[in-house]
Amino acid sequence: MTAQPFHRSQGDMLTGRAAPVATVGVIGWLRANLFSSWFSTALTLLALYLLSLIVPALIDWAYVDADFAGDNRFACKSSGACWAWVDQRIDQFLYGRYTADQTWRVDLAVVLLIPALAPLLFEGVPFARQLRWFSLAYPAVATLLLVGGIGLESVPTDRFGGFMLNLTVGLAGIVLSLPVGILLALGRRSRLPVIRVLCIVFIEAVRGVPLITLLFVSNIILPTFLPPDVTLDSLIRVIVMVTAFASAYMAEVIRGGLQAIPRGQYEAAQALGLRYWQTMGLIVLPQALKISIPGIVNTFIGLFKDTTLVIIIAMFDILGIGNAMLAHPDWQGLSTEAYVFIALFFFVACFSMSRYSIHLEKRLDTERRD
Amino acid sequence: MKSVLKTAVAGAAALLVAGAAHAATLDDIKKAGVLKCGINTGLPGFAYTDDKGKWTGFDVAYCRALAAGVLGDPDKVKYVNLTGKNRFPALAAGEIDVLSRNTTWTFKRDVDLGFTFIGVSYYDGQGFIGRKALGIKSAKELDGASVCIQTGTTTELNLADFFRVNKIKYEPVPIETNEEARKAYVAERCDVYTTDASGLAATKTTFAKPSDHMVFPEIISKEPLGPLVRQGDDQWADIARWTLNVLINAEEYGVTAANVDKLAAKATDNPEINRMLGTEGALGAMLGLRKTWAVDVIKAEGNYAEIFERYLGTKTPLGLARGLNALYTNGGILYAPPMR
Repeated sequence: MTAQPFHRSQGDMLTGRAAPVATVGVIGWLRANLFSSWFSTALTLLALYLLSLIVPALIDWAYVDADFAGDNRFACKSSGACWAWVDQRIDQFLYGRYTADQTWRVDLAVVLLIPALAPLLFEGVPFARQLRWFSLAYPAVATLLLVGGIGLESVPTDRFGGFMLNLTVGLAGIVLSLPVGILLALGRRSRLPVIRVLCIVFIEAVRGVPLITLLFVSNIILPTFLPPDVTLDSLIRVIVMVTAFASAYMAEVIRGGLQAIPRGQYEAAQALGLRYWQTMGLIVLPQALKISIPGIVNTFIGLFKDTTLVIIIAMFDILGIGNAMLAHPDWQGLSTEAYVFIALFFFVACFSMSRYSIHLEKRLDTERRD
Repeated sequence: MKSVLKTAVAGAAALLVAGAAHAATLDDIKKAGVLKCGINTGLPGFAYTDDKGKWTGFDVAYCRALAAGVLGDPDKVKYVNLTGKNRFPALAAGEIDVLSRNTTWTFKRDVDLGFTFIGVSYYDGQGFIGRKALGIKSAKELDGASVCIQTGTTTELNLADFFRVNKIKYEPVPIETNEEARKAYVAERCDVYTTDASGLAATKTTFAKPSDHMVFPEIISKEPLGPLVRQGDDQWADIARWTLNVLINAEEYGVTAANVDKLAAKATDNPEINRMLGTEGALGAMLGLRKTWAVDVIKAEGNYAEIFERYLGTKTPLGLARGLNALYTNGGILYAPPMR
């Protein structure tokens, strides 16, 4: 009997077979993510049960049983939500008391925001080089559109309101607080004692009080120290205070990123003969900012939601407009509807920021961790 | 803690008054061409926005009447919306010329904070609303009840006083805003809900079945609400005071927005009306205003009765009766000094 070889060869390659049904596609995804163990199965079932309780009731309330037309809340007869006010008040929610026949300027400013932001936020935008010049000019263009001048009817800033006010204050704060925050963070780590102490004092003083106090001070206390003829525009006061507040937080977020950069990076930059600003601009900050993205976006989102505090200095953002409407005898008591409506605006804005930050992290991830 | 805060606010206010002590408010307003009027950020009937975004309401009507008297145009008002916390510092700092924001006239506010209350535009008082199903008819039977209450207001202290005086117990459910308190009551987190009676009437109309609830007869506090100005400018305080008095007197003499032009065209048989509307004497000049200032005041929003019925009265969703706020001739306590 001749010995059989331990291996046998086969002339033909085995053809590939599809992966088991249970590990790919929808079923595979479900198994991996929702039913991977008895515990996650239980959680999944519980979550489904809770959703089945909430979602249909919510849809019934918000749509099926809801009223959409009427002159006041007494016209809403059904058991669900009363959305009758939306039709009459939507302009106020969006534009506040902005001069009615000029609201197209706000719309235009928002539309122009897209080409201004696109080349900064995304790669592969056509004409990115030229558009960046437009991005640089956008703040001036937007100010001109919103406030007026050069042939456009002037709109005083105390007419600004609604979601447009949230956007104006929020965007201005975001755009200004990042560079200010970077400078503060670098200043706090500076070897020059005067700069370091000034930055520490600013950061700690601003971070140590609530934003509402800063706004209050800017509006009530500050004018008593200024000469009576000097009047600062309320909107500018808000933007300055919101920026100061956010940049103090921003400085600490970025300082966290700076701490994470190994000493060797600085030394290597010095060995190459780079000066301070070259070291920071070319070597350190690109890495530190990348690490800090979640914290930075966190601060942005916080800042955006803080814009609702402008009510303290008598400016009516979308939340203030909602509350003023709830004081109207015709619409009193519809707070759930009003707050749900307002929450949608904030959710869309904040969720977009959050998704963008994830996108940016993935794009900048050079270490390919997964 | 609260008293420390109050002292701090009072101190800051006093400091600000000293800083902003320029007497000629009237000249400043004329120069600016606009009256800065402090109002609520939103209170049913008293200050709210209409569908065009314009501020309107009982407190707003006073601003408009005052602007009409001073500047001849009720629309020349810049509204500054204030919360319960920043209303006094704003007035002290000169951010507003007059505060017309459902503010209770109390000793401390008048004397200690350095303001001058110029009269009472609405006599309010704190009351209770409860479910009829509780089966009680009076607030004195509320022993052991849970009470929804807005914190940081005079209502909180009034409530404690009331239960102490009547030797009954209660469980406070503290809430931050009026709207939250309303929601908490609807969700049955408390048996009764307490705030100013005008607010209760407004709140009651928002319930699914208003008839299931009742406002108890007891009014446990005095809440005389009225406009106020900074101390130290008596001329301005006089203008503010007599604007309110004109509104009340106009009701008493039967002068309305509709007939004021006719009555002011030539002297009538009633010398009080003549002096008020400037067809006799020169009361306007004594205030530093036009002869016919009161005509403009009345034309702005009508007399007191017209304003009350438009924003608070029985034909509005609030449905408030005049009650204490009727003229003294009609069983109320509204009584303005004569125009002479």
